[in-house]
Amino acid sequence: MDTERTKSSRRRFLKSAATLAGVTIGYRWLNSAQLVVAGEEPEDKSLPWYGIGIDISKCIGCGNCAKACKLENDVPKEPFFFRIWVEQYTVKNDGTVDIVSPNGGIDGFEQRFPDEEIFKSYFVPKMCNHCANAPCTQVCPVGATFTSPEGVVLVDSKYCIGCRYCIEACPYGARFLDPVKKIANKCTLCYHRLSKGLDPACMEVCPTGARVYGNLRDEDSKIVAFQKEHITQVLRPNLNTRPKLYYNELSSEVK
Amino acid sequence: MKIYIPPQLKRLAIAFAIFIAIFLLIRHLLVPKSFGEYGWYRGDALIDAAGLPGLHYAGQAACLDCHPDIDYLKQQDVHSEITCETCHGPGLQHTEKGDTSLITKPSSREFCGSCHSMITGRRKEAVFQVDLKEHNPGKKCIDCHNPHQPWTLNEQNLPEGGS
Repeated sequence: MDTERTKSSRRRFLKSAATLAGVTIGYRWLNSAQLVVAGEEPEDKSLPWYGIGIDISKCIGCGNCAKACKLENDVPKEPFFFRIWVEQYTVKNDGTVDIVSPNGGIDGFEQRFPDEEIFKSYFVPKMCNHCANAPCTQVCPVGATFTSPEGVVLVDSKYCIGCRYCIEACPYGARFLDPVKKIANKCTLCYHRLSKGLDPACMEVCPTGARVYGNLRDEDSKIVAFQKEHITQVLRPNLNTRPKLYYNELSSEVK
Repeated sequence: MKIYIPPQLKRLAIAFAIFIAIFLLIRHLLVPKSFGEYGWYRGDALIDAAGLPGLHYAGQAACLDCHPDIDYLKQQDVHSEITCETCHGPGLQHTEKGDTSLITKPSSREFCGSCHSMITGRRKEAVFQVDLKEHNPGKKCIDCHNPHQPWTLNEQNLPEGGS
C-alpha cells in the first residue's frame, strides 16, 4: 500500500515536471527571435544605413583626421582621449612588430627604424566600428547608448550614468570616459554634421581620400563602390560584432 | 455558492495593488516620454545628438561660395581633391564673419612635411615625398611652391641650380 502511494506520487511529480519543462523550453524557443533586441537592422529602409571604409594603402599618416575630430567635437586635448586615432605599424625584418600612436598621430609620425631594418610599414586609422551588433549598446544598464536607425552608435549624454560598462565592452577600445562630464564619449560619425548634410570632419580633411563613408543600402554610394573595388576586411570578425568599418589591405598584425 | 476568501489574502491583495500602482506611477514619471520610439532608448536623444553644438568645420561647399577662384587654381593641379579646411583648419567662424584672422594660413616646412616628409610607412604612390633635411633646408616650401598649385613654381625664389 505504501509503495503504491509512492509510485503514484512519483509518476505525478515526473509528469508535471516534464510538462513544466516542456512548456518553458517551448515558450523560450517560440520567443527566441524577440529575446535579442540588439543587432538587427531597422525595418525602415528609407533611412540610410551608414558604413565606413578606410583604405590603408592610401593613408599617409598625416594625422589630420585625428586632429579635426578633436577640434570638431571638442574632445579633451590630453593625449589619451581620442574618438579616432592613427596607429603606425612597423614590421621589422626579425619579425617583431612595433606599434605606436604618439598623441593619436595628431603631431604626425616619424620614421622609427632605419630603412634596412624594416620589412614593411603602414598606418592604420582606428575609430568606432559602428557595429551592427554592438556589444557596447547591449551592456548599458540605463539604455543610454544605442544604435540609431541610421546605424550610428550614439550615447545619450543626459541619461548616461558613467558606469563605464560600455567602455569595457568595446573590443576596439573606441570609447572613453569624458573627464569633465563623467559620461561615456565616443565617435558619433559627426551625427550633428550628417544631419546638416555635411561630411564627418575626419572625412572632410583626409587629403588622400583614404576615408570614405556612405549608405550601405544605396548601390551608388561611395562605401558600396569601396566594397566592390577592394577586398575589404573588418577588425575581429570572430566576435560577431558585425562592424560596419571596412578596411582595405588590412594586415594580420592589426588587432 | 459563496467562495470564502481568507481576510489575510484580501489584505495582501490590497497591499499588492498599492505596490503595483506606486511602481507604475514611479515608472511613468521616470521613463522619458520618447523612450522606445525607435528602440530601447530615448528617441529624443537622436535630436540631441543632431543638435549638438560644436560645429567648427564649415565644409567645402561653404568655402566655394566666396573663393571659386582659388578652387579654379586648385583644380589645375595635384591638390585638387584636397578640401580647403584640410590645411586651413576649421573655418566655420571665418565663413560666418568673413574675418581673415579667423582662419589659419600655415606656412611652416613642418606643416607641409606632415604629409610630404619621407616615412617608410607612407607609400610613394599615395603622396609625393621629399627629404626635408636635404630639400632646400631653411627655406619655406611656399616660397617656391604655390600651395594651391604645387607644381607652378615661383621662378624668382627658386634656388640656384633649381631642385
